[in-house]
Amino acid sequence: MELSDELRQLYQEVILDHHRAPRNYGNLEPHTHQAEGYNPLCGDQIELFLRVNDAGIIEDVRFTGQGCAISRASASLMTEALKGKSLAEAHALFERFHRAVTTEPTAPVDADSLGKLVVLLGVREFPTRIKCATLPWHTLEQALAGGGTTTTE
Amino acid sequence: MSLHSTQTLAYDVERIRQDFPILGVRPHGKPLAYLDNAATTQKPRCVLDAMTHYYTHLHSNVHRGVHYLSEQATAAYEHARDIVASFIGARRREEIIFTRGTTESINLVAASWGGAFLRPGDEILLTVFEHHSNIVPWQLVAQRTGAQLRVVPIEQDGSFSVDRALEAITERTRIVALAHVSNVLGIVVPVAPIIEHAHRVGAVVLLDGAQAVAHLDVDVAELDCDFYAFSSHKVYGPTGIGVLYGKAEFLERMPPYHGGGDMIRRVTFERTTYNDLPYKFEAGTPPIAEAVGLGRALEYVDSIGRAAIAAWEEHLVASCIEQLVQIDGVRLLGPERGRAAVVAFSVEGVHPHDIATFLDREGIAIRAGHHCAQPLMDFFGIPASSRISVAMYSTEEEIERAATALRKCITVFRL
Ligand SMILES: Cc1ncc(COP(=O)(O)O)c(C=O)c1O
Repeated sequence: MELSDELRQLYQEVILDHHRAPRNYGNLEPHTHQAEGYNPLCGDQIELFLRVNDAGIIEDVRFTGQGCAISRASASLMTEALKGKSLAEAHALFERFHRAVTTEPTAPVDADSLGKLVVLLGVREFPTRIKCATLPWHTLEQALAGGGTTTTE
Repeated sequence: MSLHSTQTLAYDVERIRQDFPILGVRPHGKPLAYLDNAATTQKPRCVLDAMTHYYTHLHSNVHRGVHYLSEQATAAYEHARDIVASFIGARRREEIIFTRGTTESINLVAASWGGAFLRPGDEILLTVFEHHSNIVPWQLVAQRTGAQLRVVPIEQDGSFSVDRALEAITERTRIVALAHVSNVLGIVVPVAPIIEHAHRVGAVVLLDGAQAVAHLDVDVAELDCDFYAFSSHKVYGPTGIGVLYGKAEFLERMPPYHGGGDMIRRVTFERTTYNDLPYKFEAGTPPIAEAVGLGRALEYVDSIGRAAIAAWEEHLVASCIEQLVQIDGVRLLGPERGRAAVVAFSVEGVHPHDIATFLDREGIAIRAGHHCAQPLMDFFGIPASSRISVAMYSTEEEIERAATALRKCITVFRL
């Protein structure tokens, strides 16, 4: 049984790697921001912690939780991308990422502005899985907005 | 055993498949293997035709007009009620109430019976494997009445012990509401001793038959349950309609659930007198074409034969379990035996969502998620699981394709 091209796009080696060995996995103490994300449809759940310094720079970020390969890899890649960014830059990245994964599969995207996150664009072929990729990012927005629980459906 | 093998030999699944036009769909260019039948079953052509015929030749509103079409529509609708009554062994046709589905049937009993008869301190007994639609309506009425929910657990290995249910039934138990077949564990719950014991302490019993009616030979009079709920769409009929069976002695004493047309005898602004059973519980224009479709679906099931279908499905489920348990890291939810049609499992290190996406690209439809049974997922300590569920038109080849794709999927994710 051969994998289809779409499946290979969705589950690229980078994604499988981040799924098997997620980066920045665990609790973060002390932290300045925290939020939980939950997708009731599939039971995916993530908790995100950030430490932001006085200058408004994300010094460290970690996550825990249970989820599918896409949501785990997305969370892992997100934490890598966020370190050292200012809050404004983090928010801008959220917007770029969100816009990119919710466009038509064939729509051109500015790959450079996404960096390593481009590997997640395969979800555009899988409408039911887009929420998996965006869950960590919505949780980030929630954390930056003051915490609590965010739910995607 | 020999009985089963002769039945499966005689069972012509290819001929049955011809009756289901949708089985010709090719998802992503692959032949469809529809193994999500516990979510909803597909419809045979005769059901589609019956509904088209109804709309083409018979449609009007029921119970209202004196004209020709209204008589035709009423006759078709009421004929469907007779078919349902005979299919599940109800003694009286007025004990069959058409609802929107299992969910509405349970809500009706919880709100109407529960609202009228539950008192503070009374106990509502459920099991840990109930579907959300057999949990939340009871929580709502418990909040309103001060009654309490009690939950029968299952064993660590996912099996169900009747003794635990019997122990949990006490003098305070007013209603036992439980699935006849679990939509996750697949177990056929041995309801007879539970019903008997509940009646001994004066409690009533509601069975959620959503997963049972398409797979077992259900006879409500023989079961002696007080209420029985099921959905048309899980037994080859259309969506939008379901059934509540209730013993007349209970239904007569219960207040109406919804108010409106058809359920009344006489309305003034001071006082309304209600219609007789079953109409007291059927407010508004009912799903007439859907009732016709449901009736046709049940006739179709009986034309194949419920015993033959059950034997075929048992054979498929056994084969499915045999293949799954051989795969490294697969954990079956529930016991290996005593099941109907449903096989849920979890896979070490691979999320059900990834499995479902992977199989989908092979044309294989299975379910991934919590199956509307979050308390049960919590019991197993997993957020979600995968589920294969078969129907009369499922084949061994489909099961094999699913098992092969699953093995492949696991190697990709585990590498
Ligand atoms: C055991 C059980 N109960 C209740 C339901 C709810 O059925 P419906 O959504 O048709 O009302 C289902 C189906 O999902 C079920 O499997």
